[in-house]
Amino acid sequence: MNQGPEQADGLSRRQVMAGAAGAAAAMILTSCGPKSLHEVPKDRLLSLVAEMEKTYKEKLGADIKVGTEPALPGVEFAYALDISRCVGCRRCVYACVEENNQSRDPQIHWIKVLSMEKEKGVDFAHAGAYYDPKEVPEDGHFYVPVACQQCRNAPCTKVCPTGATWTERDGIVVIDYDWCIGCRYCMAACPYGARHFNWTTPGLPTAEINKNTHYIGNRPRPSGVVEKCTFCIQRTRNGRYPACVEVCPAGARKFGNLLDPGSEIRYIIEHKRVLVLKEDLNTLPKFFYFYAT
Amino acid sequence: MSFIHLFSRFTWGSVRLVTRGNRLYWTWIVFLLALIVWGLFAFAEQVRGGLVVTAMRDQVSWAFYIGNFTFLVGVAAAAVILVIPAYVYDWKPIRHIVVYGELLAVSAIVMCLLFVLVDIGRPDRFWHLLPPVGYLNFPDSILAWDVLVLNIYFLVNFLVVTHILYRAFTGRAYEKRLVIPLVLFSIPMAVGIHTVTAFLYNGLAARPYWNASILAPQFLASAFCSGPAILLFLLQLLRHFTRFEIPDEAIWKIAELMAYAMFLNLFLHGAEAFKEYYSGTEHLLYTRYWYQGLGEHRTLVPFAWTAVILNLVSFALFIVPAARRNPVTLNLGCLATYAGVYIEKGMGLIIPGLTPDSLGEIYQYYPTMIELRVAAGIFATGFLLFTLMLKVAVPISLGEFRLNGAPVPLSDPH
Repeated sequence: MNQGPEQADGLSRRQVMAGAAGAAAAMILTSCGPKSLHEVPKDRLLSLVAEMEKTYKEKLGADIKVGTEPALPGVEFAYALDISRCVGCRRCVYACVEENNQSRDPQIHWIKVLSMEKEKGVDFAHAGAYYDPKEVPEDGHFYVPVACQQCRNAPCTKVCPTGATWTERDGIVVIDYDWCIGCRYCMAACPYGARHFNWTTPGLPTAEINKNTHYIGNRPRPSGVVEKCTFCIQRTRNGRYPACVEVCPAGARKFGNLLDPGSEIRYIIEHKRVLVLKEDLNTLPKFFYFYAT
Repeated sequence: MSFIHLFSRFTWGSVRLVTRGNRLYWTWIVFLLALIVWGLFAFAEQVRGGLVVTAMRDQVSWAFYIGNFTFLVGVAAAAVILVIPAYVYDWKPIRHIVVYGELLAVSAIVMCLLFVLVDIGRPDRFWHLLPPVGYLNFPDSILAWDVLVLNIYFLVNFLVVTHILYRAFTGRAYEKRLVIPLVLFSIPMAVGIHTVTAFLYNGLAARPYWNASILAPQFLASAFCSGPAILLFLLQLLRHFTRFEIPDEAIWKIAELMAYAMFLNLFLHGAEAFKEYYSGTEHLLYTRYWYQGLGEHRTLVPFAWTAVILNLVSFALFIVPAARRNPVTLNLGCLATYAGVYIEKGMGLIIPGLTPDSLGEIYQYYPTMIELRVAAGIFATGFLLFTLMLKVAVPISLGEFRLNGAPVPLSDPH
């Protein structure tokens, strides 16, 4: 190349440059249009979801239905948990795993039940998630299950560099698993340990897959992305309760529409002693804790 | 001669320069290449298996990689310590070596970007950050700010050194109207990259150990220690292996500036420790985990005190004029500074920030072999880049590598 005449040298360079520019332009044109699922038009969303279903069929061998139910007008979901009733049985943890297709190996739990000492009150420094007695509840202990607090002032969505996580109109904080780059900034920002990372390909046996899914909810996730509780978006947007509410044997879990004055959740907030975790951080959770008795 | 012709002469000349060297040079290059290959194999394993091959978990979700990233941002920012006296105060002995500070900044930024790349769960989706095909959550996400300032800082430094060196190669003085504004711009940028990186942690109310406004000033103070420590090694090596003349005063001056920076660093650490221990709130946990350990969880304690002692030693060595003028104590001081800041800003910043985790769990993190190998590979890449750039830059500065017939470049084009 250095031996060739200057003009030929320049010409070939120009050709290479033109070719490269053309290729780049073609790449940009074909990959244009939002790949992120945030605010995509309905028809494009439907085609993306059809693609997802096809891929799941090929890769997992399961006929998974990926729903696209949008937020309903006049609905803002909220949760309330009765600390005086929770017995620490962790049935909610495993019902959640089954409903939401969390990895079985390694285990991912969206709900963490913390055992606390009655003497110390709600104190994370003296809490433990790995209690293992013969029977619950243990003497002198009470239990605080923690999952995503669905903050109004969510630190996790603010820090995301790619806009892969956001709050839906019904107040549910969701993640686009196809857009998340796995930087885990949201995990550092979350004060409730509610965000979980797929450190490897999730171990999800085909036979155990819940085929009723939602595109920003419980559809199976790839390796290297973050996931979290979505208030069972695939259920609650269809008028059902979250799996943890249904399974709780103590009736400690309440769920409903904050904007409906006649709802159970409104009754609890208006009549019970209600608290939110880490109130000083001003995250404004829509997950309330209360003492009914 | 056309620009393309000139530039190809420059490129081919550079290639010839970096492919010629003595046995020591080739041993060094082969050593670095071996480390890079070793790291690449580890990275391949990480890509195949996922980040589960590291010791990071949900509790400690950032660790060794991000610690190295933070440390290296400091190294890159510290190029400014040379630029300020050289251009603002016109202090001649330092001006000759500014180019090397900028080359160091370029190499450090490349390492920073590589450490971020290996830390993310989906490196294949890196382009999601790049508009117009991707989306950058600016100005909400401080990480978006960091992506911007790091890349701008990289471009500015790269442009300035390439321009200065290329002009010297062709025997012309550099374009003052281009270089001076860019160099002046790079001063706030250097402060900026480190401030933004500090804000990355500082802005997280969920992590009380980071959520202290002393973090950004302390980052800058420690950066002005570690960056020059590396440069001082380098300048002595250059002086030894080439006929490049670096006056003793320049080296002593840098060492003196490092003493002030280290004093500030220690002072800010002390101020933070006082606040935590005297007020004794629940936020003291994280500081205690670093300096004392919590119960039987004491993995980090030896690192914490090693860093404190190294920082004190380097301050003592650099503040005493006789000690910083003695080559032995000078180099000991550099080594102590480098190691001390590396510990406190890597593991000492990230791990106690995340331990105990936000729900009080203590997960004892210790890097795996994969993490150490990937990190070694990235450092080797940075050093290789730096070595190759020096191999071209030094002969140009000395007037040994230039266009046939070009006038000997002026050593000081002002």
